[in-house]
Amino acid sequence: MMIGLWGMISKNNLIKKLIGMSIFQTAIILFYVSVAVKSETANIPILPHHGHDYSPKIALAHAVSDDHENGGHDDHAGHQAHPVGPKIPDPDGYANPLPHVLMLTAIVVGVATLGLALAITQKIYREYGTLEEDQLLEKVRADDHG
Amino acid sequence: MKKLAGIVVFTVGLILLYGVSSLDDFPSWGTPDSPANKSPLSQYFIKNTIVDTEVPNMVTAVLADYRGYDTMFETVVIFVAGLGIFAVVRVFEHGGASRVVTADTKPDIIITNTCRLLIPLIQLFALYVLAHGHSSPGGGFQGGVIMGASFILVALAWDLDIALKRFSEKQAFICSGIGILIYAGFGLASVFLGEEFLNYGIIHKILPGVDSPEMARYYAMLGVEIGVMFTVTSIMFLIYGLLATRGKMTAGL
Amino acid sequence: MIFAFDFIILLFLIPVAIVALQLKDLLAAAMVFGIYSFLMCLLWAEMGAVDVAFTEAAVGAGVSAVFMIATIFNTKRNSSD
Repeated sequence: MMIGLWGMISKNNLIKKLIGMSIFQTAIILFYVSVAVKSETANIPILPHHGHDYSPKIALAHAVSDDHENGGHDDHAGHQAHPVGPKIPDPDGYANPLPHVLMLTAIVVGVATLGLALAITQKIYREYGTLEEDQLLEKVRADDHG
Repeated sequence: MKKLAGIVVFTVGLILLYGVSSLDDFPSWGTPDSPANKSPLSQYFIKNTIVDTEVPNMVTAVLADYRGYDTMFETVVIFVAGLGIFAVVRVFEHGGASRVVTADTKPDIIITNTCRLLIPLIQLFALYVLAHGHSSPGGGFQGGVIMGASFILVALAWDLDIALKRFSEKQAFICSGIGILIYAGFGLASVFLGEEFLNYGIIHKILPGVDSPEMARYYAMLGVEIGVMFTVTSIMFLIYGLLATRGKMTAGL
Repeated sequence: MIFAFDFIILLFLIPVAIVALQLKDLLAAAMVFGIYSFLMCLLWAEMGAVDVAFTEAAVGAGVSAVFMIATIFNTKRNSSD
């Protein structure tokens, strides 16, 4: 992050400044993603088996079909019905999905900003003929005075 | 000036490191007990994504359904960036030395034949990423970027003119507008049926073959991601075309 | 989440960022920026953020580097700093 900030401030060339800005942005996204990490045994935020263990509808469908299979067998004494109900995903077993969502938006907005900044850089080059910051400042001041 | 910048950056870096490491009120890295991980929103999302929407990928569900308003405006931001680049670059000076730098190379035979084999596979993969965003990492943005990159590959391997013959500038702009309209259309469909904007659960009354609010949200999320993909693809290709040729959209890279 | 792996990638990341800013040839700087983007993508994938890593891989390699190279092609290639 600090390298990106230093690059933005102190580099002379405009494109190096843009590279510094991008480095800065990705480092901030790294910071947010590191907030979302849970301990070393947590899983990625996608439910396994297409979520079939957890969805209430599919659990209900399985319960109905199970009853249908066992329907003829309830003369066994002590036959227990399967406990029906979906499992609830354990919040400690999955990484936190909220910062991931915000960072997806941040990456895409960063790309849009980079594209726009590069277009403006091209216009500056076409107008003044140089991309170095100090030469640009001289030319702009000369234009203002003249 | 540069030394001053260096000193400032170093000091800020030291302050940040001190703040993160040695204070006692920062939770240690990666515990399940930190305030971000125990917040009621995160717990709600992890527990209730599958119940409300039948979508296993929590990130896609939060992005397209719970925070769908954000995603809609993010798509608008991409569209406006494309428009902005168009407006910045497309101003032609009258006369003046406009030296268009062209690369005078004929399309090389190895590259064109390899790309002829690869580009359909890349586009198929982009559609797969879009469609499978519900149960694996992926979704609208990723698929859109990959599809846009395939068009850029056409422009790089052959000429930009050939790419423009397939997907001209006007078509690209219209396509990106259609993407946003699809997104807003899903939201407005919910409004017309009596619920709030972007509350997809009520759409199950008009979609054929969908019988419950949860599956309606599933399919509406897929439709919304398709809208996002249209916009992202066309804007990525447009930005490349405009940047590479300084707006003239003739033979460039 | 695996601490040693994180540490090695982070250790690579800092010199790559400094090199991307110090090179005089802008085309090479754009490529090294692509390397930086890819290392970040690995880091996020290892931390469990697979969607974010996928997006960064697609965007950083496919789109961001290409835009920069297109701009450098139309402006100067070497910088004096």
